[in-house]
Amino acid sequence: MSFTIASTGASALRFARRFRSIEERIGLTAFAAALLLFSAQSAFAHEFKIGSIEIEHPWTRATPPGAAVGGGYVEITNDGDTADRLVSATADIAGRVEIHEMKVEDGVMKMAPLPDGVPIPAKETVKLAPGGYHIMFMQLKGPLKKGDKIPGTLTFEKAGTVKVEFAVEAIGAKAPEEAGHDDTMPGMDMSK
Amino acid sequence: MTRRTRVTAWLAAALVALGLSAAVAYMLTRNQPGGIADIGGPIDLASMNGGRFTDADIGGKPYAIFFGFTRCPNVCPTTLSDLTLDLDQLGPLADKIQVVFVSVDPDRDTPATMKEYLSAFDPRIMGVTGTPDEIAAIAKDYRVFYRKVPTDSGDYTMDHTASVYLMNAKGHFVGTLAFEENRDTQLAKLKKLAENG
Repeated sequence: MSFTIASTGASALRFARRFRSIEERIGLTAFAAALLLFSAQSAFAHEFKIGSIEIEHPWTRATPPGAAVGGGYVEITNDGDTADRLVSATADIAGRVEIHEMKVEDGVMKMAPLPDGVPIPAKETVKLAPGGYHIMFMQLKGPLKKGDKIPGTLTFEKAGTVKVEFAVEAIGAKAPEEAGHDDTMPGMDMSK
Repeated sequence: MTRRTRVTAWLAAALVALGLSAAVAYMLTRNQPGGIADIGGPIDLASMNGGRFTDADIGGKPYAIFFGFTRCPNVCPTTLSDLTLDLDQLGPLADKIQVVFVSVDPDRDTPATMKEYLSAFDPRIMGVTGTPDEIAAIAKDYRVFYRKVPTDSGDYTMDHTASVYLMNAKGHFVGTLAFEENRDTQLAKLKKLAENG
């Protein structure tokens, strides 16, 4: 990816030399810089921030046709000195969104709604991941397709509401592909 | 402490230890006659393709049976996705086993719901559902736990056994695939099941 960024930047700069006026050059340089920034951002896991809350790579999984629910996952870091709490979430594709906890105990999968949300203690990172805390997208308006980005919001008790995008991974993804975890598996292609 | 009381204390401790190990031994063995060997039973449920799906349709093959529901955000799609990849990797051996997905949410999962949902996975995975009584009966036969859990919106989700049960050609329980078990282990177990019949 860094090679692509470098070559994009270099060719944009070569292109810029053909323009005489300083205005044209500044404009093109700005355009090249924007292009660079854009490609650099898409190369990494996406991040959002509100106050002292950092939100790393919200993601979800592609859903089988007709599925009414999906799970949302994200890593939340509280850089502040006071505890906060993820109290609610929304997503454009879901009629209703709740926060739940899942546990597998003695081979039984157990779900528990968390009406008070998930505490995000000061100076700590809390992971919402498959098999634990998760955002529950309910009353899905349509299937989630791999590669899509689902707009939504996360609301924190103290920090407030922040707009985010959930990246849609493969149906059986155990972890987001872009985050580069070793346990990532290819899962299935929805187009098959 | 006198010598006598010391001896008594040691004797008492020994007795307690003996009693405990007897209790543990009892707990470990009492399930033997009616335990795992008893997991399983006849299948006669509503097929996702219409009509009934019964043991006759399994045709004397070994089978892997999994209980879940379509409004399941994690365990069911992950397990079905794993099984799809497993069947793919088994190659021709995959045709020697049958995979069955039983709904534990018969109030919402109709045969049509199951068919639509399973269209994202290997077409050899058979989806079945039934009346609440039929599902209660098969869950009892297979020692599967499930229950409704109310959610904030007045809706509900389900708790349920997350393991896949492996049954041999005679319909006897031979093992499980644990949820999110290492894929190589899963694959080895399914291969053995297919080969041993």
